[in-house]
Amino acid sequence: MGKVFAFHGGVHPPENKKQSTRTPIAHAPLPKMLYIPLQQHIGIAANPVVNVGDRVLKGQLIAEPVGRISASLHAPTSGIVRSIGPHPVPHASGLESDCITLETDGQDEWIEHQGLQDYTRLEPSVLIEHIRQCGIAGMGGAGFPTDVKLHLGDDHIVNTLIINAAECEPYITADDMLMRERAADILSGIRIISHLLRPSHIMIGIEDNKPQAIHALEAVLKGCELNIDIRVVPTKYPSGGERQLIQLLTGLEVPSGRIPADIGIVCQNVGTATAIHRAVHFGEPLISRIVTVTGDAVAKPQNFEALIGTPFADLLEAANLYEGRLFRLVMGGPMMGVTIAHDQIPVIKTTNCIIAASDEEMPQAPPEQPCIRCNMCEQVCPVTLLPQQLYWFSKGREFDKARNHNLFDCIECGACAYVCPSSIPLVQYYRFAKSEIRTEEAEQRKADHARQRFEARQARLEREQAEKEARRKARAEEAARAQQSRKSTEADKAQADPCNTAPAASAAPDLKQLKTAAAVARTKLKKARDALKNAEDKGLDGIDALRVTLTDLEQKSEEAEQAFKAAEQAEAAAAAEKGVDLKQLKIDAAMARAAVTKLERALTKTEDEQARREMETELVEARKKSDALNQSLSEHSPA
Amino acid sequence: MSLIRLSSPHVYKANSTANVMRLVMLAMLPGILAMTVFFGWGTVIQIIWASLLALGFEAVILKLRKRPVLFHLSDGSAIVTAMLLAVAIPPFAPWWMTLVGVFVAIVLGKHLYGGLGQNPFNPAMVAYALLLISFPVEMTRWTTPFVLNGDGWQIAPFLDTLKAIFAAADNLWYDSFTGATPLDEIRHRGGLTTEEAWRQSTVLSQGIGAWHAVSAAWLMGGIFLLYRKVITWHAPISMLLALALCSSMFFGFDPDNYADPFFHLSTGATMLAAFFIITDPVSSATSNRGRIVFGASIGILIFIIRTWGNYPDGVAFAVLLMNLAAPFIDIYTQPRSYGHNRAKKGQGGKA
Amino acid sequence: MTTVITAILILFCLAVVFGVILGYASVRFRVEGNPIVDQIDSLLPQTQCGQCGYPGCRPYAEAIANGEAINKCPPGGQSTIEALADLLDVEAVPLDAEHGEEQVKKVAFIREDECIGCTKCIQACPVDAILGAAKQMHTVIVDECTGCDLCVEPCPVDCIDMIPVETTITNWKWPSPTESSSLIATDRGRGAEQQEAH
Repeated sequence: MGKVFAFHGGVHPPENKKQSTRTPIAHAPLPKMLYIPLQQHIGIAANPVVNVGDRVLKGQLIAEPVGRISASLHAPTSGIVRSIGPHPVPHASGLESDCITLETDGQDEWIEHQGLQDYTRLEPSVLIEHIRQCGIAGMGGAGFPTDVKLHLGDDHIVNTLIINAAECEPYITADDMLMRERAADILSGIRIISHLLRPSHIMIGIEDNKPQAIHALEAVLKGCELNIDIRVVPTKYPSGGERQLIQLLTGLEVPSGRIPADIGIVCQNVGTATAIHRAVHFGEPLISRIVTVTGDAVAKPQNFEALIGTPFADLLEAANLYEGRLFRLVMGGPMMGVTIAHDQIPVIKTTNCIIAASDEEMPQAPPEQPCIRCNMCEQVCPVTLLPQQLYWFSKGREFDKARNHNLFDCIECGACAYVCPSSIPLVQYYRFAKSEIRTEEAEQRKADHARQRFEARQARLEREQAEKEARRKARAEEAARAQQSRKSTEADKAQADPCNTAPAASAAPDLKQLKTAAAVARTKLKKARDALKNAEDKGLDGIDALRVTLTDLEQKSEEAEQAFKAAEQAEAAAAAEKGVDLKQLKIDAAMARAAVTKLERALTKTEDEQARREMETELVEARKKSDALNQSLSEHSPA
Repeated sequence: MSLIRLSSPHVYKANSTANVMRLVMLAMLPGILAMTVFFGWGTVIQIIWASLLALGFEAVILKLRKRPVLFHLSDGSAIVTAMLLAVAIPPFAPWWMTLVGVFVAIVLGKHLYGGLGQNPFNPAMVAYALLLISFPVEMTRWTTPFVLNGDGWQIAPFLDTLKAIFAAADNLWYDSFTGATPLDEIRHRGGLTTEEAWRQSTVLSQGIGAWHAVSAAWLMGGIFLLYRKVITWHAPISMLLALALCSSMFFGFDPDNYADPFFHLSTGATMLAAFFIITDPVSSATSNRGRIVFGASIGILIFIIRTWGNYPDGVAFAVLLMNLAAPFIDIYTQPRSYGHNRAKKGQGGKA
Repeated sequence: MTTVITAILILFCLAVVFGVILGYASVRFRVEGNPIVDQIDSLLPQTQCGQCGYPGCRPYAEAIANGEAINKCPPGGQSTIEALADLLDVEAVPLDAEHGEEQVKKVAFIREDECIGCTKCIQACPVDAILGAAKQMHTVIVDECTGCDLCVEPCPVDCIDMIPVETTITNWKWPSPTESSSLIATDRGRGAEQQEAH
């Protein structure tokens, strides 16, 4: 054994663990329907890769990770995908979230899978990728994707690996039974993690209320080549919290806002270690876990190996639930668990316990009384906060002060509310304050962002305005100058070519104007038609007036259209008079230009002297032709 | 199934405000017993009278504040306040003085600030200070201990005491049962040294044992509260240490003009204050470090007021002064939280 | 008599000295613009909706700096009024109902079947949250929309809806625990308010 330090505070709620450790882990019966939420982990929700109606095999990938911090999902058994959509999920809000609903076919048919041959020979990144593909996430309760944690060895120096076997919350015995029955698997998982992170010291932190588990671990660790220590810590809640366990085993504190890897420590839960072992040695993805089903309202409290996605109702039935006695259904432990209002809610990767409590076991909380500032909450806080001050600030909505008193360091363990003589729901106040602060920050960011966009838009509008002004001015000057020169040259040119330049010069603007006018008339007509339809649909007034306007607009549109067509034809006629078919001219000029380019390119590529000389002559000819055509084109183009 | 949805935690320790109050009342029993044995029935009568008044006043003010009456009365805090006031005032205090005192304590000192948990000042001390300043004669008419009234058991009979409190008694009667307290003697010794004052006064030389016994009884009650974890050691120990240190320093420097530390610790309301008055959680500092500062400052203030102030016993004023300072102490004695290098100072946020 | 004259002279000199110091300070430490306007503007929600009666948040901020009432902003709601009251050291009054009521956050949605591509809404949006061009389909960029509903009016075919932002698992917030001793004895149990009957 080694030295064990201490952390501030902590409470000793009644353990209630003996009920569920009387029988070994049982396999839960195969449920009819499985509901697999897409978000069972920290990070971005997984993206489904199957469609409704597909038949999937056990262990088949059904959702892939999105982004770096995400985890994949696999079918826990074979069956048919019935739907992908909202379904109640285990969350304090009781709201629904997207789930893949699987109807099991009872065959439990595995997909092809195999373990890695010799993982020590593989590149670490390949091994971690395999673990990622198997969908392993932290099973102690938080659900952090394990592959991201294992990558910490890349940019941090990890000198201590701590395996969290404390399981400090009352009622929960899932890890305890896992250690008693599958200690060898845990050791294998530890080996894999150790191979990836290369710590110099490994410690297993376990509470002293699990003597059988300690013995099982000791037996398995005999003769192990790794530097593993079992450190038995006194039973106190919350010694299983990551930061508290680190302080217990090493005496170090993780700085606020940082992760344990920043001080060279990585923590993993024993359940996660087992899952890693199964993934690496058998290729099995994470599709089941040990769940403790306990509480006074079940006749046979025990641990089940349950498939992910199993509805709570199935497990409760397997443990013989007395419906009449059920008062409160809690997922997790009594100190940090979430109440569940719907028994079709599924088991997810982080569900370690279901407590079916009667009303004597977990009675209705007494009404909240005024705070007498007795400071019992501060005595028990494991993070040495001032819960009393946080309570006053949260209640008075003075969130800045609450934040200054380290509100965000609170791990929401519930020890303060547990001891409060006035039965104040302290943890709810802190959760409320935290979410208010986060919302305020998000809104502030959004407001700043909106202000930026608004100011950018104002700037853009001003710029456009200024440009328009400048252009207008330039055009006005241009027009004035053109007016001047035209007046002087018109007199000279009046004799020369009246039908060519004048009609061409004036016909061109006319053409554009007419085209626009026709288009505008068309739009007005369409709008009027739409407005009329709208009015008719909604039964508004003024339909007759609209109809009159409509006929009027139709007429105008016709006229504009015809004017434009006439002008167009006139222009084409004028050009044809000159014996110049503009279109043909354009085509010829383009072809000549292309020929020149082709020759030039071929010239650079040929080496042969003879060929080169021939090409050069051709090139000169082609250039001449092209120039002539282009010249003619620019002369005859409309102004 | 009709399941309820609540925030964690879902289990609670069986602890309540009423429990805490009951333990405090239990811890006061030795002290009350000692006072009755040595100083007569006055204390018990005052306690009963004050408790009844307290319950009555609290019921009325709760009704006026539109709060559920029975719910708040049942937490026992009014009775504890009344008891503390009753043991602090002289046993022969007239009934109307106790009435005024309880009214001030419950209505002005507690409910007008917002009720339980909201009062910045210790209600019993507010009442005591007000009474001391308003009725100086009655408040300084302390009973002499029975040892002085001849041999054998001779304290004022029960019925006579009752009459004295609820009706008036003639001055002769008072003269035979009241006298100066040790602190009075030391305060008003004039030019005598403490040694001479001690020898001259019968109260000091013969009757001091009674006050020692009462202080020891309060100490016992305090140890019980510490054992049951109703209070923490920080405030009482630091107050007693500070008082002892101050008085030792001055006594060592000039024994003729200053009383010795044991005298300070064992007379007056020192022990009562240390374990029952300054540990009132509502009006004292919050963190443990804060409580040490709070307690020590009260100890120093008590010494200063006793030695150089106008009043013989400075406990009430010392406590009230430090109640004023408690929020400030809180701001500057926050504990260092996990993961932070240093404790934070100041309240933060917008002013 | 001489003491009086001496006293007056001394005071006069002091006044001159301090006057010079103040004059120098007013020139040397001059601050351009009015920083209070920036501070007020940073508290306003920037929806640029105009419900306060001013053409945007900045003009309203300037008006507040000149003494305008602080309770005219419905999108900001009561929390903005309280923050402004804190900043300016004035009383936090309730929201002026004349300018609208604090409502649930909404975002605009264009029904694409009916959109005619007229760009009137694009010109109206103060934060350019509508994507589109003339004769092209218009659509609202949800992340940028502040819910000011200035786009609803100009649309000639009335194809824009204001849809409340719904609460999902990602944006759900814990409610504040019920107020303490005022009512509790009559409704036994904190969970009473949240009890669901299934």
